[in-house]
Amino acid sequence: MATIPADLPNVPTEQSGGDRRQVLIGYKAWAPKNMVGYVFLIGMTIYFLTPLYWLFIASSKDNTDLFASFGLWFANFKLLDNLTQLFTYEGGIYLRWILNTVLYAVVGGAASTFIAMMAGYALAKLRFLGNRLLFAMVLGAALVPLTTLAVPIYLVESKIPGLTHTYWAVLLPTLLSPFGVFLARIYATASISDDLIAAARVDGASEFRIFWSVALPILVPGMITIFLFQFVAIWNNFFLPLVVLSDPTLFPVNLGLATWSFDPAAHELLNNIIVTGSFVAVLPVAVLFLFLQRYWRAGLSLGSVTG
Amino acid sequence: MATQTEHVAASPVPEAITSRAAKPRRTLSLAWIWPYLFILPFLLVFVTFFVAPFVYDIIQSFYAEKHAGGLGLSPPKVVWVGLDNYVQALHDPGLWDGFWRVFVFGIVQIPVMMVLALLIALLMDSVVIRFRSFFRLAAFVPYAVPGVVAAILWGFFYTPGISPISQAFRSAQLTPPDFLGPSTILWSIANISTWVYLGYNMLIFFAAMQAIPQELYEAARIDGLTEVGIARHIKIPMIFPAMRLGLLFSIIGSIQLFNEPRILENISGAINEHFTPNIFAYNIAYIQSNYYYGGAIAALIGFITFVFSFAFMTLTQGKKRG
Repeated sequence: MATIPADLPNVPTEQSGGDRRQVLIGYKAWAPKNMVGYVFLIGMTIYFLTPLYWLFIASSKDNTDLFASFGLWFANFKLLDNLTQLFTYEGGIYLRWILNTVLYAVVGGAASTFIAMMAGYALAKLRFLGNRLLFAMVLGAALVPLTTLAVPIYLVESKIPGLTHTYWAVLLPTLLSPFGVFLARIYATASISDDLIAAARVDGASEFRIFWSVALPILVPGMITIFLFQFVAIWNNFFLPLVVLSDPTLFPVNLGLATWSFDPAAHELLNNIIVTGSFVAVLPVAVLFLFLQRYWRAGLSLGSVTG
Repeated sequence: MATQTEHVAASPVPEAITSRAAKPRRTLSLAWIWPYLFILPFLLVFVTFFVAPFVYDIIQSFYAEKHAGGLGLSPPKVVWVGLDNYVQALHDPGLWDGFWRVFVFGIVQIPVMMVLALLIALLMDSVVIRFRSFFRLAAFVPYAVPGVVAAILWGFFYTPGISPISQAFRSAQLTPPDFLGPSTILWSIANISTWVYLGYNMLIFFAAMQAIPQELYEAARIDGLTEVGIARHIKIPMIFPAMRLGLLFSIIGSIQLFNEPRILENISGAINEHFTPNIFAYNIAYIQSNYYYGGAIAALIGFITFVFSFAFMTLTQGKKRG
């Protein structure tokens, strides 16, 4: 961030959330010409938040009020009833779906982050035959979304006995994160100095020891960003579980909610459960997002500037 | 890549580790193996869940199940058919219907979303707007909603009996719009994609704007450029690489459209079995269990996605930094 130039003496600085920007004299936040901007932003904010607000209101209504009452305000407050119904329906399978999703996203996200960190570190800091070729493959693969791979992965997995319809069928393919390797290489190049590695080698540390005790602690912020990207990708994953899983007890919450909404006979009766289930599924991730927002920005700026 | 080679050359590190051209007395050292151990886990996953599925998919696409007898009573045999599946796919109106639909979708949805994202990002980066962090959070929160849940949620907004939009129309004595009919369903889906991904793109643009050196602004102000002029002549050209990346991901996402139509299929009769290419591949390979024809369609979708991505990257190359 640039310092205030000396030839502009009356420049106040505005500080908000570590975002230190210059405010030039003559600009007023509430000037009439800025009103267009505010109206536009408020309009967009209403667009972004209304569906989530509706979801919150709707999760407090029973099936009659969902149809009969005004959508954007409370009717009979039945949130607790809905939650009880949600968590006991079909023997409490919803909780199982949430736990499955956490398992897929946390275990898959953590494992793929670690795999990506090792590969990205090697690409950035170690010299080996095929380094450039591997990086080119990583770049190419980063452009291929998991959706493209769903049908081919399904074809392969259906030929491996005992793999489809298990946790592994969803978990193993999510270990692949070429975008994570790409980011890890950028972070390692930017933040690990060669002198540091050299010093550790002189001290007699093994290459893995250097990675584990010297490089990884420095790379923690980058790791969090990579983990977030992969966590969200897995949390959003729908096509792959849809084709490789048939046992509802293994479903992630995405797929579970979708199967409830697919069932036309039960649909009318399940509306309140689907609404409440959607609300509960959104809440933890939304909170996680808001608290970790700076890691998103860090990841996005690095990815876009270099990409 | 260049900097990396320089680093290695410049660093006073035992050569057996950093250099393949180790001195003879070090040939017995096994240090050269370390980099390969670091990349081994990634390579294993990459080969198993990227290379192998693609190769297997393409192999499958050259086969088909054929009944030996004319009556279809004998068990079907899997026979080599060469490019027949591809010929069939290229003449399949269902596949082209899907490609045409995602093309129309992308041509409209991507520019609308990107222009809105850019406007919000410019306002977020402007010093004259208050409550910027609140507006930024509001735009980004929908990205936390999983695509499937977003589709279910908006599905309620599109269902006449339950939708607050329909309620508003009815209370104003107007006929509520049909969000799920054949002429509107694509735009109802475009709205879901825009709602989820607008804030994500906005944040990409905003992060790129934050990285612009302040000196440029100072110079521009001394030259008498207005805020709008700075946005036009500095910010937008400077964030071109970020816009290129966002556009690329949006193009890929449009061609791959699957989750939202798959969810809305349940409440809209306008979504058929070849609504998008991926819906078509899913119906052929999974619902009809025709692995061979499905494999060819999946390969074609991958190929066309690659062609569009490559064409986009080539056409926009050299315009970096405006």
